[in-house]
This record gives sequence, C-alpha cells and structure tokens, in this order.
Amino acid sequence: MSSKQKKKTPEQQKYDILQKKHETKRPVLKNCLRAFLVGGIICTIGQAITYFYIYFFNFTEQTAGNPTVATMVFLAMLLTGFGVYDHIGQYGGAGSAVPVTGFSNAVVSAAIEHRTEGLVLGVGGNIFKLAGSVIVFGVFAAFVVALIKTILINWGVL
Amino acid sequence: MLMGKQSWVFQNKPVIAATGVTGGPFEANGKLAADFDILHDDLWIDEDSYEKAHRVLIEEACETVLKKANLQEEDIHFFIAGDLINQITPTSFSARTNQIPYFGIFGACSTSMEGLALASFMIDHGGAKNIITGSGSHNAAAERQFRYPTEYGGQKPPTAQWTVTGAGFALVKENDGTDENCPVTVSATIGKVVDMGLTDPFNMGGAMAPAATDTILAHFKDLNLDASYYDLIVTGDLGEIGRNTSYELLTNAGVKMDKEKYQDCGLLIYKEDQPVNSGASGSGCSAAVLYGHLLNQMKKGKYKRILVVATGALLSPMSFQQGESIPCIAHAVSIEMP
Amino acid sequence: MLPMFFWAFIVGGIICVIGQLLFDVGKLTPGHTLSLMVVIGAVLDGFGLYEPLIDFAGAGATIPITSFGNSLVHGALNEAERHGIVGVLTGMFEVTSSGISAAIIFGFLGALVFKPKG
Repeated sequence: MSSKQKKKTPEQQKYDILQKKHETKRPVLKNCLRAFLVGGIICTIGQAITYFYIYFFNFTEQTAGNPTVATMVFLAMLLTGFGVYDHIGQYGGAGSAVPVTGFSNAVVSAAIEHRTEGLVLGVGGNIFKLAGSVIVFGVFAAFVVALIKTILINWGVL
Repeated sequence: MLMGKQSWVFQNKPVIAATGVTGGPFEANGKLAADFDILHDDLWIDEDSYEKAHRVLIEEACETVLKKANLQEEDIHFFIAGDLINQITPTSFSARTNQIPYFGIFGACSTSMEGLALASFMIDHGGAKNIITGSGSHNAAAERQFRYPTEYGGQKPPTAQWTVTGAGFALVKENDGTDENCPVTVSATIGKVVDMGLTDPFNMGGAMAPAATDTILAHFKDLNLDASYYDLIVTGDLGEIGRNTSYELLTNAGVKMDKEKYQDCGLLIYKEDQPVNSGASGSGCSAAVLYGHLLNQMKKGKYKRILVVATGALLSPMSFQQGESIPCIAHAVSIEMP
Repeated sequence: MLPMFFWAFIVGGIICVIGQLLFDVGKLTPGHTLSLMVVIGAVLDGFGLYEPLIDFAGAGATIPITSFGNSLVHGALNEAERHGIVGVLTGMFEVTSSGISAAIIFGFLGALVFKPKG
C-alpha cells in the first residue's frame, strides 16, 4: 500500500505528514502481547483437546488432528453465534484470527450475517466471502509446491 | 441567491419548524440521549433485517416531524434525503411509505447538509412551501456493507469510527412569521470533492479533514465572514483525528478561532467510556445531533449562530479494493435564531 | 505431556505475533495476512520444515492457519507418491477435509440457529 506514496502530488505528501502527526498510532507492542497471549491460549486449548482425543477415543498423534480441528471449529461457531468472538477479536487481533478458530469465525460470521438474504443466495453465496482467499491461496500454493517437489523427485534431484 | 463562487444566501430565511430524531441502543447510552425523540433498545427494531430496521428509523423520524408540525404527508411538497446503504434503499423505501415526491440524494455522511441546503434553496425561491429533509444510518447495516460481518472478529484500529444508528429529519418551510422560537437557515456553501490521496478506510477522519477545511474557507470567502461571526462551527463526523487535523489546517490558513468553538458531532454524541475509538460517524450522526441536541441548545439560547459542516467520504468497498484513494466532500449550512 | 503444552503456547503465540505484525506494521488486511500465512505453511512443508515443527510444538503448529497450507501439501504429495503427478490434484483435500467440512457444516447450522448481535 505504501507504493501509493510515490504517486502523490507534493500537496498530498505535505498533507500526509501533517495528518500523520494527529493520527493515533496503533499500539503495536500492546497488540503483539495480546496476540501472543490469546493465540497461545487457543493453541494450548487445542493441545488439550488433542490429548483428550488420544487418551479417551484411541486416536493416535497423527490422526487426532482431524477431530481436534473439527472441535475447535465447533467451539468458534458457538462463540461467534453468541456474539463473543468479535470481542475476543478486538482484544486479541491476530491471536484470534490466525488460529483455525479465526477461519471458522470468518465462515460462520459471514453465514450468520447473510441469513437475511435467504439460505441459497445469502448463506450459500456469501459463506466464503472472507475465508475464500485463504482456501484459494492455500490450494494454489500447495499445488505449486507439490508439483515442483514431485517433478524434482521424478527427475531424481530430490 | 448565489453568493461568491459556491454559496447561497437564503434571503427569505426558511424556517426549521419541526424535527424528529430517532436512535438505537448505543445512542440511548450516549451523552445526548435526552435529545432523541425515539430510542430503540436493539438493532433489529422488530424487523427481519438490518436494512429494514434502518428504514424504520427514517420513517419514525419523519412521522415525528409531521406530528410535531401538526401536518400530514399530503401537506409536504418534497422529501429530500439519503443514506449510506447501496442505492440508498432504506430512504427510498421510506419514501414509498410516506408517498411524498422524492429527491434521493447521496453525499455519504454529508447527506444531511446537502439536503438542508437544497431544501432551503427551494423554499427560499418559492419552489416549495414545506420540505422534509434529513438522513439516517444504521451501524450494523453499514458495517456489513463497508467492512465485515458484524460477528467477525476483526480488530479495529484506534483511528476507526463507530457508525451511528439513528436518523434526524426536519421540516423546512416558508418563513411566514407563524413559527415562534424556531431557527432559520441563512446560507449554505456547497463543497467540491477533495482527495488528498489517503487510502485507509479505517481512518475516515484523516481523509475528510481537508474537505471540511476547504468548504469552511470557501464559506468565509464567499460570504466575507470570519469565524468570529459564529458561536459554534460544528463538523459532522471528523472524529478526534479529523477534528485536530482540520483545526491545524484552518489555523495554518489564517482562521482565528478557539478550539472550544470548533466541535464535531461525532465527538458530542457518545460518552468517553463507550468503545467508539476516535468518534461517531455515519450520515445519521450529523443529522441526529443537529436536529436534536444542537437545535435544542439554540432554542434555549446557548447559540445564536452556528455553522454546520457535514463531511462525507465518497468511497465504496470496491473502490478500495481497486486501489483507489478516498475522495471526500463537505457541505455547510448556517443556522441562526432570529 | 506438560512440556508440549508449554511449547504449544509459545510457538502458537509466536506465529500469532507474526500475524499481528503483518496487521499493524505491514498494514495488511486479515484476508491478505491469512492468505500469506497459509502460503508460508505450504512452502515450509515443501522444504520439509513444518512436520518437525508439529513434532516439537504440537497444537502450537497444528492450530494456526499455517498448518492448513501444510496439510494441503501433505495430501497432494502423498497422493502424488502413489499415483504420479495427477495425485497433486486428487489428494489435496484428503487431509484437510475435516477442517473445511466442519466449517461449512457448522457455518450453515450457525446461520440457522443464530442471529447476528451487531
């Protein structure tokens, strides 16, 4: 976004400097500490759930990931539905957006919001409004990485 | 009558004879709750979508105006209004309800003064005898259109503002001497679009400050006035950052005025402890604060002459995604107690 | 078991701080940040670095969205091993399907049950 600076007129650049004086700065350190705290707690809860599935439901370390993620998604759905997750998000920032619960919140909040436009066009059409780019870029990046690696393996390089 | 380059003087002094102001739960907990006619305790107002609730806020404000003025919809010649929602549907649907010949206008958060300026001009030149004008906004409807679903855990920066859920409407009519203790509109300055290249949709105040400054300076120049003429110069929704920035711009341009005289509706409406970051915004902000609190203060004698400068950011979610900056505009109307 | 909780907290927290810096210093939107992190996860797995991180930090590496990129690459590579290059396409969602299916199913259920609170 800062590349736009180069296209600004001198008058605009002068205003930019003046405006920045008054612009409340984001509390970066405070936000990072909160993100660390909230993100760490969510991952710790995830760890507890993983052990829960390993010891009580006979999943292994490798396979416990699936029900763990599904459970976290479910919990985030409840928190989103009860109107709690947006407050966690305002406090924790990336700490609540980066874990998979953030992905769930993005999907669920969009679904809940667009119920007023009906189930098909509203919910169905908008459910991936926020989370869609994560899926698209994840899949495409994985495609490129896996393709390159497979080709390299086939050529005997790796 | 045209005065200077972009201003009008209303020689027949159209009267703001009645007002109606509605609000939502946040506003009910705010500083100016006593100046609202109707306050709701939830955002749905018994409707099944936020946009429909938005429409209800506008309808109730208009009904209140008619009741106070002891008039019917049939007595009103024109309805000049708009809001922030795509294609201004809440306002248009309220026009469907009130069946008054309708000018739908869009100035983002400057809509209220755009409407008041146009209404005053029409009344002043005999184009109508009674006009209802104003604007409304709805926090959740604006959030879901411009930003994110309301339950999304996105983190707002401290420069963000809170869209007012509320509407303010007024009856502007011919000055025939029958309306006692009612304020009159004296002049208006129509703003031009000012874009200083800011791109952050979470910092509207910083983007709009130059537009407010431009219009205020144009107003003083066209009408050959200075800040000392007014008891209060109040902007629509510049918020903390916009107010401080525009105050510095005005001071640099030679305007001499105490900071106390230069207020912002977005900073007046809510209490310090409400989580609104740098202040309130929305097309309903300036309308609700002006047509409720400020006019009440004028009637009590606190202010004799005020200049209301409503500011708007003319962006859309798509323009932002396309890498555009944020063009802004400000319209000013001066109101006096006779 | 206990050390795993500690590392899950620390590593998960650090990954989130990286995200927060992308928000506040990089001025990226959540969409940009999360997309970037998922790509990073995919690339790290391409270099074989993400699995060791999971062994070390458990949920601290599997819960952040970066693990989504990792899982996608894993699924693709596993299938490619068995069926050649076409496996890159067919295997991708094998490992991650629980996360996405859960999100869709619970999202839809949520829309049926809940009303936004503003």
